[in-house]
Amino acid sequence: MIASPEITPEVIASHGLSPSEYDVVVNGLGREPTYTELGVFSVMWSEHCSYKSSRIHLKRLPTTGPRVVIGPGENAGVVDIGDGLCVCFKMESHNHPSYIEPYQGAATGVGGILRDVFTMGARPIALMDSLRFGRLEHPKTRALVQGVVAGIGGYGNCMGIPTVAGETRFDESYDGNCLVNAFCAGLVHKDRIFLGTTGGPGNKVFYVGAGTGRDGIHGATMASASFDEDSDEKRPTVQVGDPFQEKLLLEACLELMGMDVLVGIQDMGAAGMTSSSVEMAGRAGMGLRLALDQVPMRETGMTPYEILLSESQERMLLVIQPGKEAKVFEVFAKWDLRCAEVGTVTDDGVWRCTWHGEEVAAIPVDILTEAAPKYNRPQAPRGVAPSVPDDLVPPADLGAVLLQLMGSPDVCDKRWIWRQYDHQVGTDTEIGPGLDAALVRVKGTKKHLGFVVDSNGHHVWADPYVGTAGQVAECVRNLACVGCEPVGLSDCMNFGNPQLPEVMWEFSRSVDGMAWACGELEVPVISGNVSLYNQTGEASILPTPGLAMVGLFEGERPPVRGRWTEGKRVALLGGPGTHLGASLYLREVHGLRKVGSPPPVDFDVERRLNQALRALVRGGIVEVAHDCSDGGLAVALAECALEVGAELSLDDGSAGALFGEDHGRAVIAYDPSREAEVRAVVEAAGVPLSRLGFTGGDRLVLLAGGPVVDVAVADLRDRWENTFPAWAG
Amino acid sequence: MRRVAVVTFPGSNCDADARHAVRLFGMEAVPVWHKDTALPKVDAVILPGGFSYGDYLRCGAIARFSPIMPEVVRFASQGGPVLGICNGFQVLCEVGLVPGVLLRNSKLRFLCQDVNLRMEGKPTPWSRPGGETIRIPIAHMEGHWFADDETLARVEGEGQVIFRYADGAPNGAMRDVAGVCNASGNVVGLMPHPERYVEAGVGGTDGRRVFEALVEALA
Repeated sequence: MIASPEITPEVIASHGLSPSEYDVVVNGLGREPTYTELGVFSVMWSEHCSYKSSRIHLKRLPTTGPRVVIGPGENAGVVDIGDGLCVCFKMESHNHPSYIEPYQGAATGVGGILRDVFTMGARPIALMDSLRFGRLEHPKTRALVQGVVAGIGGYGNCMGIPTVAGETRFDESYDGNCLVNAFCAGLVHKDRIFLGTTGGPGNKVFYVGAGTGRDGIHGATMASASFDEDSDEKRPTVQVGDPFQEKLLLEACLELMGMDVLVGIQDMGAAGMTSSSVEMAGRAGMGLRLALDQVPMRETGMTPYEILLSESQERMLLVIQPGKEAKVFEVFAKWDLRCAEVGTVTDDGVWRCTWHGEEVAAIPVDILTEAAPKYNRPQAPRGVAPSVPDDLVPPADLGAVLLQLMGSPDVCDKRWIWRQYDHQVGTDTEIGPGLDAALVRVKGTKKHLGFVVDSNGHHVWADPYVGTAGQVAECVRNLACVGCEPVGLSDCMNFGNPQLPEVMWEFSRSVDGMAWACGELEVPVISGNVSLYNQTGEASILPTPGLAMVGLFEGERPPVRGRWTEGKRVALLGGPGTHLGASLYLREVHGLRKVGSPPPVDFDVERRLNQALRALVRGGIVEVAHDCSDGGLAVALAECALEVGAELSLDDGSAGALFGEDHGRAVIAYDPSREAEVRAVVEAAGVPLSRLGFTGGDRLVLLAGGPVVDVAVADLRDRWENTFPAWAG
Repeated sequence: MRRVAVVTFPGSNCDADARHAVRLFGMEAVPVWHKDTALPKVDAVILPGGFSYGDYLRCGAIARFSPIMPEVVRFASQGGPVLGICNGFQVLCEVGLVPGVLLRNSKLRFLCQDVNLRMEGKPTPWSRPGGETIRIPIAHMEGHWFADDETLARVEGEGQVIFRYADGAPNGAMRDVAGVCNASGNVVGLMPHPERYVEAGVGGTDGRRVFEALVEALA
């Protein structure tokens, strides 16, 4: 017998279960749970695993489409890219662990998302990350940035998967709650996709990979609560990563998948062995019998409770056809990995665990999955942001403003971050970090995959519906700038405490805005996750739906680059900017945060612009294509002018025209000899084209009547390049 | 067809890239598993980049004890061309086939960036001296080449520095050393990754110089 603590109301509360949730447990079981079972319910019904606050809203997202092979609900989504090939991808948050222990939190975030992808039978080909930190001047920010970046690099580099794109922004709302969202994509043959299922009774359950330790126990529960002053004491709930083990696990699993032995596979991520085994049985409508004493352990004296709730990394649960056990042992021995048969699939629908023959848990699977609480939590609209003051007086020197924005934390060069990531291993990275989107070839085909990750919490805060829709539009536009059309989206919904009606309203409106935009632009949402309780004390983060989008095109690699060269014509596709609400300019120059509405989105305009951009890029007609986003037209131009300058004439030299963040616009540059082709494309697409002037020289000059901006390229580059390293060390 | 062995250690992750590059030059890439105790009949051997044994203990320090390594040493001692790239260079240093050691980068951070390299020193099967500068990437945490004074004097004196960072070493390497060879010149260790820049659409083509040199040497 194992001595177990008595289950008191305090013990139930410390497991994150409400009294009414506990009643559901007792009614479902027809008895009081054992202490071990209480732990199982605690993690399975945590926000992190059950999506209990978000599930009813996520149903509104469009998740189907002609390319979608597997949508949300599996370890990762899968879309068909033709010729029997599929791309499998997902983005996931690791916010709470990364704040507590930046290196290991971020590293294991990367490790987890890699497992989600190779579990599906896909070989990972690209990583991205979306990061949010507090203000540069906040005392914790530098150490968090250093630790998180080193952790992401430490894991991804060792695994040999290139980190091809990413984005990092800073805001005071993340001072006490950073965001670390990691994305992974992999390639898989359509007839070689593996699912998290147990198949039928009699199949064998195998545990492979690292031994189970006490790290990460109750990580999922921790990630489902708000931070307080004692959060540092939660460090033991953070897992420790071993990318070397995971590299071996990746190779061994892919090798096994090439043989006819595997029925189903799932990684042990959040809530470890419990959620992987329960979810696999649930999908198949089966039960399981697990002998916990057979689990490989790396610590002595572990209890069934600890084994079930451990979030030790680099572990997988496999279900094998009976009689094929020897193959599994052979492959894992080759890779020097642990491997143990730990159970059998049963047909009684009950999830049973034994410990040296004694039954320590017996829970009907559907109580853990189907009966999990779902909440339609109250919502309350937040008041709208104050509008942009009519009497706003822009600074006299807009050139100085441009330099200031180029050196602002959100815009400045993040090479300090991404050169710590191997972004080339695999030798398929055609366009790496630093442009609108990354481009990765698929060897042996003419296919190119585009990758972008983006989010603008300021726009979403100002109007969760329009702001989120605008972010979807921007991702599609970014992909168009490298010639790709979107094939799917993975969303990482980072929000505050869902029990606050205003946060729940933000969440619900953001989902609706995403659904609207994804419907209009025909982008299915195929995977994602939800991270709630991103708040410290009273302060919620800006609502931050992290969007990772994948695009595709077939043909020759387009000759696009990020910087202008001499003698090219510069033009603006789309209309003039006017909209300063929720802009970088207002925040950085006027100190007006949470002011104004986000720019509106017109999907007809977006579709036409994207059509034109794809044709111009794929046809090799333009040399540079860059969308206007943070900092508006002026920053977009300056980002192209970091090597060669230009003299350009604008119709309007106002702050709104220069720094407004209106959607539906992009800057292009092309050789003047391509003029007729450019005209034909934009006329066919019905996109307004304003020819602004020519590149050349070492200054960026913007004229509107008289000179509005006249700055040296060297100064632009200096502000843009040196801000971040000077701060980061 | 010329055959080039590419050894896979547990944790190697540039082995597929090296095989791909070898095939682009009309040679056969022969995968060799680190637990193998015999080298197949090949014309050259590449130890690829990655994190053999997780880089635990010290980069390359465990891989040098892999069962295949005595065979690699034997192949090298018979004059066979051997190239260690990045982690492969670290393994070659640990097993004593090339001089020096590789320490952590001077700023203690992983660096993935393009570098300009000057090809110099004695001719080897993997390089063509003559002062040409090529641009290929590094991607490492431990590329700070270091040697004691006596070794350094010998290596420099014998023309064993065959790749040198042209704009200063980003990792703190002594004398800007990016690649060295053994005394007889058949074994080369190189921190940057030539196999990454062999196609125009993916970074560049300057890495081709290394493989072209091998093709010529084996002709």
